[in-house]
Amino acid sequence: MKRIIVSLLAALSFCTGALASEAGPAWDKFPKDRITDMAALQNGAKLFVNYCLNCHAAAFMRYNRLRDIGLNDEQIKKNLLFAGEKVGELMNVSLSAKDAKEWFGAQPPDLTVIARSRAGSNGSGADYLYTYMRTFYRDESTPTGWNNLVFPAVGMPHVLWELQGEQRAVYANEKDPHDAAKTVHVFKGFEQTKAGTLNKADYDLAVADLVAYLQWMGEPNQTQRARLGVWVLLFLAVFTLIAWRLNASYWKDVK
Amino acid sequence: MADFKTAPADAPAGVKLMTWVDNRFPATKLFKEHMSEYYAPKNFNWFYIFGSLALLVLVIQIVTGIFLVMHYKPDAALAFASVEYIMRDVPWGWLIRYMHSTGASAFFVVVYLHMYRGLIYGSYRKPRELVWVFGCAIFLALMAEAFMGYLLPWGQMSYWGAQVIVNLFAAVPFVGPDLALLIRGDYVVGDATLNRFFSFHVIAVPLVLLGLVVAHIIALHEVGSNNPDGVEIKAKKDPKTGIPLDGIAFHPYYSVHDIFGVGLFLMVFCAIIFFGPELGGYFLEYNNFIPADPLKTPLHIAPVWYFTPYYSMLRATTDTMVNVLCVIVALAGVVSLLAVKGKARIAIAVGGIVAIALLKTFDAKFWGVVVMGGAVIILFVLPWLDNSPVKSIRYRPQWHKWLYGIFVVFFVVLGYLGIQPPSDLGTLVSQIGTLFYFGFFLLMPWWSTIGTFKQVPDRVNFTAH
Repeated sequence: MKRIIVSLLAALSFCTGALASEAGPAWDKFPKDRITDMAALQNGAKLFVNYCLNCHAAAFMRYNRLRDIGLNDEQIKKNLLFAGEKVGELMNVSLSAKDAKEWFGAQPPDLTVIARSRAGSNGSGADYLYTYMRTFYRDESTPTGWNNLVFPAVGMPHVLWELQGEQRAVYANEKDPHDAAKTVHVFKGFEQTKAGTLNKADYDLAVADLVAYLQWMGEPNQTQRARLGVWVLLFLAVFTLIAWRLNASYWKDVK
Repeated sequence: MADFKTAPADAPAGVKLMTWVDNRFPATKLFKEHMSEYYAPKNFNWFYIFGSLALLVLVIQIVTGIFLVMHYKPDAALAFASVEYIMRDVPWGWLIRYMHSTGASAFFVVVYLHMYRGLIYGSYRKPRELVWVFGCAIFLALMAEAFMGYLLPWGQMSYWGAQVIVNLFAAVPFVGPDLALLIRGDYVVGDATLNRFFSFHVIAVPLVLLGLVVAHIIALHEVGSNNPDGVEIKAKKDPKTGIPLDGIAFHPYYSVHDIFGVGLFLMVFCAIIFFGPELGGYFLEYNNFIPADPLKTPLHIAPVWYFTPYYSMLRATTDTMVNVLCVIVALAGVVSLLAVKGKARIAIAVGGIVAIALLKTFDAKFWGVVVMGGAVIILFVLPWLDNSPVKSIRYRPQWHKWLYGIFVVFFVVLGYLGIQPPSDLGTLVSQIGTLFYFGFFLLMPWWSTIGTFKQVPDRVNFTAH
């Protein structure tokens, strides 16, 4: 019996990191602490409404849910509603699917749960978005003039270019480590070609705020969920302890 | 009909009430038969908790399901949004939904462990064949329930998973395409499919499931529970009371035992719900947060983890594998020809040739479906495959224990490979795993009798707690 359990555990150890491995560059780590930072989330909401919510909808998210990140209805109305929407409305956009397809080649995806959908073996969805929003670079060969390191040939132009400025991807040809006869195109880093309004550190922070917001919007009660979970588990621990002793007291007479 | 009883005039109100009820409905009788005077072996180990836990998870699924249906919209245009509505706008909707999604995986965890316990302790052996058969039917219904439920969130994985699995039915010779069309209600998975899957998921299959669970328990309580020693406790009864010497009343001894087990289970269950409901993409696949798009096939389609062992077997059945199967059929034919005499020889030769001809006539994809379905169906006949003189693994030869261990390893490895994108090595390993799985069962009549078995005791092994 014990041996079977050991074999089972050994077999399970094969299963770590079992999801399909993704190709492409590694993802940078999203600074997780920002998810509980109200100021960061509010700044992220502002960036989101200003830069993303023109083409992308968040059609499952209501404006008034922003109360959860410390805004009141008045603040939401004054700062984040531009087209006369009501605070109870969903974050829809007026861009039609047909126009979007014509302009960008594809309809921009809804962003409500984008952070949840982009997770993979390279990291969390937030890691992906944090990397994605920081790795746009100039590429004259694409229709928009922009390309992206983690989403090659992406249809979306770099909407935060004013903040980040422009950068160029530097590639080098190196010998293929698996086949000496071949060379491979290796990404070496970015080179800033035009300054933006933010320096690199500030831009990274702004993107972190935006991604924190997207991560929060994916599941607005994720922090409360974990907080409640602690109490539930404490209750269950006490319950199980009592059940354990109760069980023992019934069984002590069974010979 | 039992005699009409009258409670004494000075009896407490509770006694009077129960007397009134018992005269009209056998409440006390049922409680005694199934709880307080159902005698279960006292040597159950932790493996015996999973039956009760499966019942608990079933109740969780039904209750949370009722609340989900109040808010969910089975409409291709609204389904995805309605799930997000439940997650955001319905008070405590997120909790109900996570309980349901985690419950689905938990169901398979406890059912797989419950089945494996039955397998190693011989709980399917005479006289418990029907307990096992009803259990297998429950497993089959559960798979249908899970498969159809998984379409409802209408995410990319829901959609394409259903597309792939329904297309498998199209591989059935002659009627396949019509069969697939009948299941889908459309030429692709669409609104019609969603509606019928919803109907099956919320009413048809749960009804069957509940009926089967009742049959499973009635059959079990008729023959009595097996135990880790595989000793029939009914063989040694107290001559005065008629109660099995090694039996103990289910209530309160096992009910209190189960409450403890439920506490431990709920700790794990709730830890997942509150701290990681996606469980790294195994319980809620990341791709399923993208709304279903019939025009965009995901790069990698994998079923949820509980189907992947069988999915691996499907993928393992390539043309090469079919050739291997032909060779196996031929070898089996030659061996049986040597073993028998007379007219049976002709039957074996004809049967073998027909089998090989069929294997080569139809597409490997069809045989993949047969293999996948057969892997579940073969469980039904397990009671008639095992010829070993003992029930429990405890009294089997040492190498049998290894065999059961390797079985688990292969099952887990097949599950792992089913999640991965196909690869040459993965296919080879899953082919070996598939052959092992079927070999384990089909050769059981032969191997289960070989080796030195230990003496089974008269009474169960029990050390007081």
